[in-house]
Amino acid sequence: MSYYDTLIFDLSTHARKGYTLPKRTFKRQALPTHLLREDCPGLPEVSEVEVVRHYTNVSMKNFGIETGMYPLGSCTMKYNPKINQDLANLPSFSALHPYQPTRTVQGMLKLLDDLQSYLSEISGLARYTLNSYAGAHGELIGLMIMKRYFESRGEHHRVNIIVPDAAHGTNPASAVVAGFKVIEVPSEKDGSVSVEVLKGVVDENLAGIMLTNPNTLGMFEKDILNVAELIHDHGGLLYYDGANLNPILGKVRPGDMGFDIMHINLHKTFSTPHGGGGPGSGPVGVAEHLVPFLPKPLIKKVDNTYHIERDNETTLGQISHFYGNVGVAMKAYTYILSNGKEHLPEVAKFAVLNANYVKESLKDLFELPVEGVCKHEFVFNGLKDKSTGVTTLDVAKRLLDFGVHPPTIYFPLLYKEALMIEPVETESKQTLDRFIEVMRVIAKEAKETPEVVKGAPHNTIVKRLDEALAARQPVVKYTDIPK
Amino acid sequence: MFKYLPHTKEDIEAMLKTIGVDSIEALYQDVPKSLKHHDLSLPSSHSELELYEHFQALANDIDVLKPVIGMGAYDHYTPSIIRHIIERQEFLTSYTPYQPEISQGTLQYIFEFQSMISQLTGMEIANASLYDGATATAEAMFMICAIRKKQRILVSNTINPNIISVLKTYAHYKGITIDLLDHHEGVSSLEALKAHFTDEHAGLIVQSPNVFGLIEDYAGFKDVLEEKQGLFVINQDPSTLAHLKTPSAWGADVAVGEAQSLGLPLQFGGPYIGYLASKKAYVRKMPGRICGMTKDSEGKRAFVLTFQAREQHIRRDKANSNICSNQSLLALFVTIYLATMGKKGLYEAAQLSMDAAYTLHDRLLELPIFEPVFSGQPFFKEFTLKSTLPVNMVQEALEAHGYLGPYDLHEMGLGDGSWVSFAMTEKRTEEDVETIIKALEALV
Repeated sequence: MSYYDTLIFDLSTHARKGYTLPKRTFKRQALPTHLLREDCPGLPEVSEVEVVRHYTNVSMKNFGIETGMYPLGSCTMKYNPKINQDLANLPSFSALHPYQPTRTVQGMLKLLDDLQSYLSEISGLARYTLNSYAGAHGELIGLMIMKRYFESRGEHHRVNIIVPDAAHGTNPASAVVAGFKVIEVPSEKDGSVSVEVLKGVVDENLAGIMLTNPNTLGMFEKDILNVAELIHDHGGLLYYDGANLNPILGKVRPGDMGFDIMHINLHKTFSTPHGGGGPGSGPVGVAEHLVPFLPKPLIKKVDNTYHIERDNETTLGQISHFYGNVGVAMKAYTYILSNGKEHLPEVAKFAVLNANYVKESLKDLFELPVEGVCKHEFVFNGLKDKSTGVTTLDVAKRLLDFGVHPPTIYFPLLYKEALMIEPVETESKQTLDRFIEVMRVIAKEAKETPEVVKGAPHNTIVKRLDEALAARQPVVKYTDIPK
Repeated sequence: MFKYLPHTKEDIEAMLKTIGVDSIEALYQDVPKSLKHHDLSLPSSHSELELYEHFQALANDIDVLKPVIGMGAYDHYTPSIIRHIIERQEFLTSYTPYQPEISQGTLQYIFEFQSMISQLTGMEIANASLYDGATATAEAMFMICAIRKKQRILVSNTINPNIISVLKTYAHYKGITIDLLDHHEGVSSLEALKAHFTDEHAGLIVQSPNVFGLIEDYAGFKDVLEEKQGLFVINQDPSTLAHLKTPSAWGADVAVGEAQSLGLPLQFGGPYIGYLASKKAYVRKMPGRICGMTKDSEGKRAFVLTFQAREQHIRRDKANSNICSNQSLLALFVTIYLATMGKKGLYEAAQLSMDAAYTLHDRLLELPIFEPVFSGQPFFKEFTLKSTLPVNMVQEALEAHGYLGPYDLHEMGLGDGSWVSFAMTEKRTEEDVETIIKALEALV
């Protein structure tokens, strides 16, 4: 990585250009002046070489999965296969307008419908929509399905959504945006929800519960069948947050656990690139009795022909302009075919093996609040030796010096010094051993030279940032920069 | 062994030994037996070569048509360099810039993206992007309702019906009421606004160019809204903003839209990218991520996500939006597109699109098949006509020559079954126009 402190606007030189356009003989049209802007947008004027070199230099300020290990908990940063990218870029698919007649795009629709079916098979739910753009969007759509279901039954009073306090922040936020009221319940020490605690909050206003399994601490919810029974007995529905699907691929299915609705993060479990924060894809699956409420438009197969159903009486409505992030769905489809039924369950097993290996190799130096086998990830509560004053943030920043992307920090909120590690299955034992060694070095430094850890990072292109300054004196665009 | 899974037999044995169990299965001992699933009914593992063969077979069942329609997805040209740059692994495979020290690349292009969106719209602050134009408009609706603490808005019925449909869905569940504003000659009308905007409305949402392709004139709108403290949201195709008066110049409080028209491949409808920009005063109600400039401990310029106290991971059930990501890679795409095109290229590409559209429009009207629908406002690159022949007959004639279009507006509940929409971009040539006209002349 190298520091580069030029903005594209700094390179702008009058009359330089980076584009070519054809010459056409069409008559040049002029619009009435009262509809026109008076100024010219301040876009840069740069040559093609300058654009390419600029963004290449900008890229070199970033750490990617191919740079080094990326054990970011809850994000499943696995290798993103190149073949996925090449196939999604094929012009037969990428040049398709979303309003082509369905008879001209049967191959595209078959791919999407097959992907929906594969996700059903993997998760044990009846049908999927690919329209939701991301995990949080999937949650929102899932909750809208829940709302629509209760509306259809005239049960308008069912507004309570139970969310464990360990849940991702999007869970309660999505519930509120979908018009529900959030009932937060405390998690047990191992991050699980207790049936006893739930019994205290289920009543006639119950709409449902949002859970992930394995839970946020990477532990399997052993009581899940009892939880499902309790919620269903009280007329509620179970929503599964698919963020943690990776370790149970082909092993356990959310539908079999009793979940009625779920989303899958294709950018986690199914290897599509995170792209610096997006585009992701969060397909939503539902049990049979909720199929009528799926959002429109809906891709479906009828008598060997693929259709796009634009509307129906019972749908929850429309939640995307077209059919979701199709380009992302194509990558996930490729990943499923690459692995096939033979290797998908191995993905889960090796993810779990890697996580337990790292956990057991470090628990003498880092505080492990929950003993026992974990699934794909686990959480340390910072260093075991608290006397050094070295925090989880310090450990994370010191990891940067060793070329390792830090784990997720300060989440879940259950532990003050949470350090959430997800080593993923695509990492080899050698890579894990190096990570373990680096973590042990840092633990040693924390004892012997704590100032080195507290002052980290030392080798990065920029040091710790003044985040308060950014909020206090907002500079959010080029023209805000003081000259 | 499989190529994405590096574990050898020896590795597995050594790792199990460290863990203290004798098999990987033992790591699933906590899963109730009744839940254990066996044998996925899925296709077998495909080699790369088989994948190519498989995709070729799928492609054999696809006819790629040349679009002469838009309706929210426009066939603009993508400069070659963009794909090469965005597929650099540093951009492609990284995640949200949670660790800014090693994410300055992502943060910098988001800053540049925000700067460019501000330049195009004239607004003071843009966010790091949203899922698509329709959901961005829904987020703008939440935003103005939260600012004004009102649960009712007015929406022009010249907005693309798919966007209205998304607005209605989001509004329904959040308990917001939408009233529709009728158009006059295909554009939002000031008279109707005066008659229908009330104190109960948080604001007005409009689109320009609108679903009919017409450029709307918002002279006087801001005054009417201000009288009742209404906020003004304009949804605008950013590719038109090198020419057209900016949302800011019309007095918009929030500008939103779909930025697919900035060179993004059609990709059967996604991934695309929504933008949202507003006045600085409303930043605390803005959804999504915002990148700001700061300094590191040595005084070096650096970028960081800022105003995070608005977001769901802090506010949880008090958050105004559940957005936790952005279409980051597409924001990079758009940034490179705008850097490559620059102020002149963006103008020229839009001008060529407009010239092609006006030429086609005028030529079509010379045929005895088409009649104008609206009089008055000019269009940009998309336009609406009335067909005297059955629409499917016109569509089939063009499809026989490899074209997609025109769009039957009745499918979106607009018009009487005879209204059709065409759109042109800089990719459509004089020859395209001639072929289309000849194909239609044969119907007369």
